[in-house]
Amino acid sequence: MSAPQEHSGASLAFHIEGLTKVYEMGDVLVHALRGVTLDLYEGEFVVLLGPSGSGKSTLVNILGGLDNATAGSVNFRGEDLTDEDESALTKFRRNHVGFVFQFYNLIPSLTALENVALVTEIAIDPMTAEEALDIVNLTDRSGHFPAQMSGGEQQRVAIARAVAKRPDVLLCDEPTGALDIKTGIVVLEALKRVNETLGTLTVVITHNAAIAAMADRVIYFADGNIDRIEANDHRVDPSEISW
Amino acid sequence: MTIRNLDKKLLRELGSMKMQVLAIAMVMAAGVATFVMSFGVINSLEETRRVYYDEYRFADIFVGVKRAPETLARQFEAIPGVDRVMTRVIVGATLDVPGLAEPATAMLVSIPEGQQPDLNALHLRSGRLVEPYRENEVIIADSFADANNLREGDTLSAIISGHQRTLEVVGVALSPEFVYMIPPGALMPDNARFGVMWMGRDALEAAHDMDGAFNDAVIKIARGAQEDEIIRIIDTLTKPYGGLGAYGREHHVSDMFVRNELDQLRAMTYVVPVIFLAIAGLLLHMVLSRLVNLERGQIGVLKALGFTGFEIGLYYAKLALIIAAIGLVIGVAMGLWFGSWMAALYIEFFRFPSLQFVMSTEVFALATLISLGGALVGAIKTVRAVMKLPPAEAMRSEPPPKFKPVLIERLGLTRLLSPAGRMIFRQLERRAKRSIATSVGIAASLGVLIGAAFTIDSLDYILDVQFNQAEREDIGLTLVEAGDRQAFLDLANMPGVMQAEPYRSVPVKLKFGHRTERIAILGMQANGDMHRTLDTELTPVPLPKDGIVISENLARNLQVTVGDLLTFEALEGRRPIRNVYVSAVVQQYLGTGAYMDLSALNALMQEGPSVSGAWLKVDEAALPEFYRAVRKTPSIAGLSIRKAAMDSFKNLLAENIVQMTIANVGFAALIAFGVVYNSARISLSERARELASMRVLGFSRREISAILLGELSILIFAAIPIGYLMGYGLAAAIVVSLDTELFRIPLIIDPETYGMGGLVILVAGAISALAVRRRLDRLDLIGVLKSRE
Ligand SMILES: Nc1ncnc2c1ncn2[C@@H]1O[C@H](COP(=O)(O)OP(=O)(O)O)[C@@H](O)[C@H]1O
Ligand SMILES: [Mg+2]
Repeated sequence: MSAPQEHSGASLAFHIEGLTKVYEMGDVLVHALRGVTLDLYEGEFVVLLGPSGSGKSTLVNILGGLDNATAGSVNFRGEDLTDEDESALTKFRRNHVGFVFQFYNLIPSLTALENVALVTEIAIDPMTAEEALDIVNLTDRSGHFPAQMSGGEQQRVAIARAVAKRPDVLLCDEPTGALDIKTGIVVLEALKRVNETLGTLTVVITHNAAIAAMADRVIYFADGNIDRIEANDHRVDPSEISW
Repeated sequence: MTIRNLDKKLLRELGSMKMQVLAIAMVMAAGVATFVMSFGVINSLEETRRVYYDEYRFADIFVGVKRAPETLARQFEAIPGVDRVMTRVIVGATLDVPGLAEPATAMLVSIPEGQQPDLNALHLRSGRLVEPYRENEVIIADSFADANNLREGDTLSAIISGHQRTLEVVGVALSPEFVYMIPPGALMPDNARFGVMWMGRDALEAAHDMDGAFNDAVIKIARGAQEDEIIRIIDTLTKPYGGLGAYGREHHVSDMFVRNELDQLRAMTYVVPVIFLAIAGLLLHMVLSRLVNLERGQIGVLKALGFTGFEIGLYYAKLALIIAAIGLVIGVAMGLWFGSWMAALYIEFFRFPSLQFVMSTEVFALATLISLGGALVGAIKTVRAVMKLPPAEAMRSEPPPKFKPVLIERLGLTRLLSPAGRMIFRQLERRAKRSIATSVGIAASLGVLIGAAFTIDSLDYILDVQFNQAEREDIGLTLVEAGDRQAFLDLANMPGVMQAEPYRSVPVKLKFGHRTERIAILGMQANGDMHRTLDTELTPVPLPKDGIVISENLARNLQVTVGDLLTFEALEGRRPIRNVYVSAVVQQYLGTGAYMDLSALNALMQEGPSVSGAWLKVDEAALPEFYRAVRKTPSIAGLSIRKAAMDSFKNLLAENIVQMTIANVGFAALIAFGVVYNSARISLSERARELASMRVLGFSRREISAILLGELSILIFAAIPIGYLMGYGLAAAIVVSLDTELFRIPLIIDPETYGMGGLVILVAGAISALAVRRRLDRLDLIGVLKSRE
């Protein structure tokens, strides 16, 4: 498949070919991915759209080294991740990937600052936890525990935690899925800021089509494969999105 | 270095489950404490004994004779391997102790005037040694002094060899020879009515007509010398002088009791701590696996963030280790505390100059090893699972548990159960492993409780058998010398005597094959009612006209059964050597015994109707008069009083065993609480969402509590019968391990003990139920429903 290439100058980050994932559920085989082939470039902002169960999370999990594919290959900056073992994948995640999940997944017993610092302790070239919180405009909440924060605030902490290591790729699985519009926009703005200031390749899963407007490219998913890919001429600011 | 954030999480989470942490730590602590305590006490006793025996030159061989010239001692010294010999005169006496209704008896042991004896030196607690030419001075044993409030300057009136003397106490002392001090032939100390006293050698020789002679010798042998051989030579040498058979420390009463106690302690050192620690490990396992389920999402995030499986596994291992470390610290502290308390009890029981509670570093090292090791074993499965958990998998919440109709429903009895009942049973069955583990944990604590408490029942039973069934005389009198029919009649005719039976006691060596036992054979009237021999069902076994009846432990020591022919070598009178066959083996829990028909024994001894004393029933009202008469009768060497013996036995129980038992019951209750509480907390966390939803649907607090607590009660009630079985098993194991030369404890568990055990478990259950109920009442409905799980 030849994807429209807008980033003539940008270099290839991920090269994905024939990616297949089959889950065995007892006797039933669930084909979550059916031979996905895709290139992702440094610094771009990509939105993955598609109905629930179409395989978006599965793809992102494999890209981030959380899971192994059944067949096909994933190549990151020239390195083949496909058959790496758990310790190599851990290293990959530790050094290159930032994750943001729908349900924030903060450690409840650590404060905002400590949740971020958890990562800066093990990363190679992190920013400070304070800097990371500053990117998401949350320095004033640094001493709060997750239970003392709203969902949007928690998600921003999760973003700060994800970007604090200066990742090469930021993977977000329905980051606004549990949030209302207003807070969702604040979170998206934070993502945009990260993408623009740090130049991090950002992949955002959503099933909210409106969010697609803020992306460089929109990848439509259906039934375990890419349906089509659209490039946006210009990226809409989150504040202008309505859903 | 600052605390890493993952460690912060660790500490905070420990903090938020502190009750659970504490409950597990306490179970662990109970294991460590019992371990440290018993090891510490064993170490202390061994060390104290070693130092005491060494410093006070406790002899190796003990020799009794009727009367031998001092020159015989030179012959002892000439035996190869003999290092030092000290001869003595030992005389029995009856005493008048101020404030004591009954006459007391004393064993007067000679010591050189003005100096410490060469062997078996005295530890003077107060006062001084006896001085030459002060022939009424005595040093008294500290236990006797304490029991009768005696001290230097007090006087005692005594009858020694038929002569009335007034003795003056000049010192109070302890001796390595009498660490455990019991009246001759008895098994329990009676500190008020029996005591050892030390008197100048010259004074005792004069009093007992022993000029230039001795009737007792103690011998120290060179390291590595052949004790058996030396004893054999001594026995040949003493034969002409009425030798009573020499023996080594192995048969020395005091040392034997100390050894016996150490053996019993050793037997108990591992059993109980291991049970406690195993339960603690099980609890840790249960709590950790629940925690990991609860934190699957967090584990996934940590892995997504780049933490390695090892780092996260280590996190949970640390959690287990911290809990164990808390238990270890508390346990060691409790162990030291209980240990020094036990040491204090032992010093009451055994008379050592001081019993320092010493702790070897090995004990600490071992306690650390087993507690931390146990924790790791408990944690290992979970840690491994955590390490293996694929990150993407961890991010999904645990799939909804698969339920199926439970057994009762499959049997078509669904209608018997309410919806709540169905919830309870389905949960129990789905979590079958954990339900079983919980019940087994509770059962084990009940088992330990019964295993600890049953000894009191058994000892009560022994007391009843010994003093109500076997030895039923009020008072036993012993004559200085064996007497004839008239001597018996004189005893029988003393004031207040309602019934009397003669007995003959002959010191003998019983031999079978190469085995020899020194024992006194009791000759009693065949139709006698005072002393009876009993079979296992406690039915009296009539004494046959010929043959010898021996106690089961003696039969075991000699390895004989009914019909075997024993060699009987009398150590007094004409010292006949005869063969006699075993006609019956009888039950006896305290000490060993050998019994014959009185006239058969007389015939065997080639003597007339000779008696050593009499057993009497005495009218209680006439007791003062009776005692007065005893004091005036010089031919009486000593008396034993059944009631006093019973009381001293009971006191002993109350002071030592009851306290130990209370401590153990406390530990067991703690464990029961730990198990029940943890299991309730785990259930609660697992079902908080479900229960909160029910509350939202309109169920009351009571109704949802009933579900959780109903589950708990089922686990507890299921545990009780299992616990009874475990208790019985443990008690049986303890009985086997406590079966020593001296004691044999029957396996008796009173219904009350079962009842008490069950009650303790129910109370522990109720307390944990209350604690959980409080949490249930504070269930945050919205919070629970909002959270992802
Ligand atoms: N661990 C798993 N075991 C079995 N099936 C799975 C698992 N993870 C995902 N699936 C299935 O794979 C398909 C794709 O899932 P997913 O990637 O989560 O979809 P999306 O994120 O687009 O909603 C679905 O049918 C889902 O049920
Ligand atoms: Mg998804």
